[in-house]
Amino acid sequence: MSEIDEVLQEFIIESNENLDELDRSFVALEANPGDQQRVGAIFRAIHTIKGTSGFLGCTRLEALTHAGEEVLSRVRDGKLSLTPQITTDLLTMVDGVRAILRRLETTGVEGTEDFAEQIVRLKAIVSPAATAPTTHVAPAAPVAASKDDHPAEVHAVEAHEGSSVVDGTVRVDVALLDKLMNLVGELVLARNQIIQVGAIAGDATLIGASQRLNLITSELQEGVMKTRMRPIGSVWNKYPRIVRDLSVLCGKSVRLEMIGTETEVDRSLLDAIKDPLVHMLRNSVDHGIETPEARAAKGKAPTGVLALRAYHEGGKVNIELTDDGQGIDPERIRAKALERGVVSAERIGRMTEREITNLVFAPGFSTAETVSNISGRGVGMDVVKTNIERIGGTVELSSRHGHGTTLKVKIPLTLAIIPALVVHLGSERYAIPQVNLLELVRLEAAQARTAIADVHGTPVLRLRGDLLPLVHLRTVLDEPKPAVESEVVNVVILQADDRPFGLIVDGVSDTEEIVVKPLSRELKTVTTFAGATIMGDGRVALILDVVGVAQRANVLTESRERAVSLASKGTGLDQQNGAKDALLLLTRGANERLALPLDQVSRLEEFARGSVEQAGDNQVVQYRGEILPLISLDAVLGPCPTGAEDDGESPLQVVVFSQGGRSVGLVVGRILDIVQDSIVVKPTGKRHGVSGTAVIDGRVTQLLDVRTALGDLNDAA
Amino acid sequence: MPPEKEEGTMEREPRQLCTFYLGGHFYGIDVVRVQEVIRYQDMTRVPLAPRDIRGLINLRGQIVTAVDMRRRLNLPERTGDDRPMNVVVRSDDGAASLLVDEIGDVMEVTTAAHDAVPQTVPQEARALLRGVFKLENRLLLELDIDRIVSCAANAA
Repeated sequence: MSEIDEVLQEFIIESNENLDELDRSFVALEANPGDQQRVGAIFRAIHTIKGTSGFLGCTRLEALTHAGEEVLSRVRDGKLSLTPQITTDLLTMVDGVRAILRRLETTGVEGTEDFAEQIVRLKAIVSPAATAPTTHVAPAAPVAASKDDHPAEVHAVEAHEGSSVVDGTVRVDVALLDKLMNLVGELVLARNQIIQVGAIAGDATLIGASQRLNLITSELQEGVMKTRMRPIGSVWNKYPRIVRDLSVLCGKSVRLEMIGTETEVDRSLLDAIKDPLVHMLRNSVDHGIETPEARAAKGKAPTGVLALRAYHEGGKVNIELTDDGQGIDPERIRAKALERGVVSAERIGRMTEREITNLVFAPGFSTAETVSNISGRGVGMDVVKTNIERIGGTVELSSRHGHGTTLKVKIPLTLAIIPALVVHLGSERYAIPQVNLLELVRLEAAQARTAIADVHGTPVLRLRGDLLPLVHLRTVLDEPKPAVESEVVNVVILQADDRPFGLIVDGVSDTEEIVVKPLSRELKTVTTFAGATIMGDGRVALILDVVGVAQRANVLTESRERAVSLASKGTGLDQQNGAKDALLLLTRGANERLALPLDQVSRLEEFARGSVEQAGDNQVVQYRGEILPLISLDAVLGPCPTGAEDDGESPLQVVVFSQGGRSVGLVVGRILDIVQDSIVVKPTGKRHGVSGTAVIDGRVTQLLDVRTALGDLNDAA
Repeated sequence: MPPEKEEGTMEREPRQLCTFYLGGHFYGIDVVRVQEVIRYQDMTRVPLAPRDIRGLINLRGQIVTAVDMRRRLNLPERTGDDRPMNVVVRSDDGAASLLVDEIGDVMEVTTAAHDAVPQTVPQEARALLRGVFKLENRLLLELDIDRIVSCAANAA
């Protein structure tokens, strides 16, 4: 059982590799149909899959590849020349093979789909006269024949191909590489520790030995990191096919040039950039490159050129995507940005052309006149940017209107070990990834008084004519204030999502190479931390997630957050899980407890019962010169099951909400308390007016969905 | 096919539990899930974390989350200067450390002595218990490690 599994596994891995190569070969062949060597290679790859699938008893796969092989053998023998139609049919066959392989991998069997349509189409190419009835019979005969004839040949082919590839390389399990990388991480930590000890002890031999250790560790680190590297071309393999399909779909003619396919990138990073790059390619084909007619009219060559270039520079991997299309029209961006409300008119007036073109990265932005199924839904480039920034990379866009666009992506070589700045807060240390760091500012007492200003209780820093929001790390982390506040202010200027802000810390120590370790699942909800690391002295230090810190401090209250809250609209409190929420606790009836987010409340009031007046069906009170409609909790939630606690005498407790200039009052039983708690919301059934339940102060409490409640109130009013 | 480890634990006879004390109660966890027991370690507090997460421990280069078991089981806070012990357990999310008052012996228990958790035990505590073993002179409460380790993660 397991032996066959192993054979099957090998077969799947090998075939998938062959197929990736095939996609590229087909596209290359289309450009250069006479390339006999490529035809031969394609033929051999398909033939190998066919032979092995017969050997493994995968009849459907065999039938499909056989049909493809028939076509290919004719092409190879020069009896047939490749037309785009034939290439498309062959590519669909490749897709079919992939589908079967995927099913084989997940379920161990081929599945029931027989790809009869593809087979018929391929057969039609070989013998155009073939009619439908014969196709049902046809597959059987050649299949049977091939079983007898080919196995020997297949092995010959495999052996031949094998000898040329295996030379000098070893296949290593990725898990083993990851483990090695972890161990090297440990070694780096141990080295940091020993260097520290050596420096303190001042022993010459120890210092000498630790220096050697330092050297060896660095080299080992580099070496192991290299084993995890893969050429970027392994991801790019799929792109020529994608570009081809896309350009056919858009009625454009596009040539993809790939330079620097051998540039090596860490495996984990390759996975992370795969999709953003595809998105960029799509954008370029869809929006960037013009139709052949439009190009001809502008005096450009009818075929657009997309150039994908990768190279190492300054310890980073640079990836550039250049097209010679229409480029970005700043005027259109400006108009679109204003129309969508991405920036204010006043702000856009002060922006440079470059800043304006980079607005395409703003959330909710799309300039496509029509929304196609390829791009233009407005969730595009901002996602690309977010994904690339998540792995510590940057994206830049430059464009010359009418001449083309260049997207430049820079990503780090690896993620496991990063340079970071270590800062202090009380007795704790925190690491800040260097990629987010702009500069350090130290303000002496006198300077601090002039440079730090106060705007409505919010501190801001005046730095070289700019105004930066200031955030206390202590406040962000909810840490108690120290007994003595230092006169000197240390500000770390950070950048989160293009927004610079100042983070006030107690002290700044060194920059250090740290090994990033993930936090356990329970701590994933704390978004202010990106992970943890072990410092030279063996203590654990937390790594700050700069974007998380900025969000918590409300530095990033702009569109990105709005997009998130819109997406999760209706789930109420859910998105705030784990964070501390200020909640208003109240009761209804004898023992029903309710809570609602304090930030949605505008005031708490008490009204004497005598002041309530009747207006039509509604109860109202006069409040601040206006008529405030009142509504009881029972009207929102239905009658209270535990019976009313109402004594009919004490003043009414009212929670006032204001929305859009109108106010409404919610009459509640008793207002208990305001609590700061990290609550975990459990969704309840579809109960009207309740967004979920949570345990607050040790009691089960229902969370009032103010939005629906307010909706009712407004209706009632 | 060899029997699967996880399923085997219930049937294995007699079973061995690693025991410890918490607020006067006597608890046990399956010994095969315990990686090691260590003295109190310096911890790095995690601001904004759930209350029952006491901090992070460096366990020979591995970062382990320490869970205050008294807090997780809603027991009264630890008083005095006694430092808790770490019971490091394995889970599918890496290792986690349970902070307990005092460590007991590894005890053998049989299903004959096993009983369900009484329905009257508060829900929060009951959800974390797998059962009760009636020993000669006291009760041994078996904790469900998977629930304890993934408690907060599941709820969120």
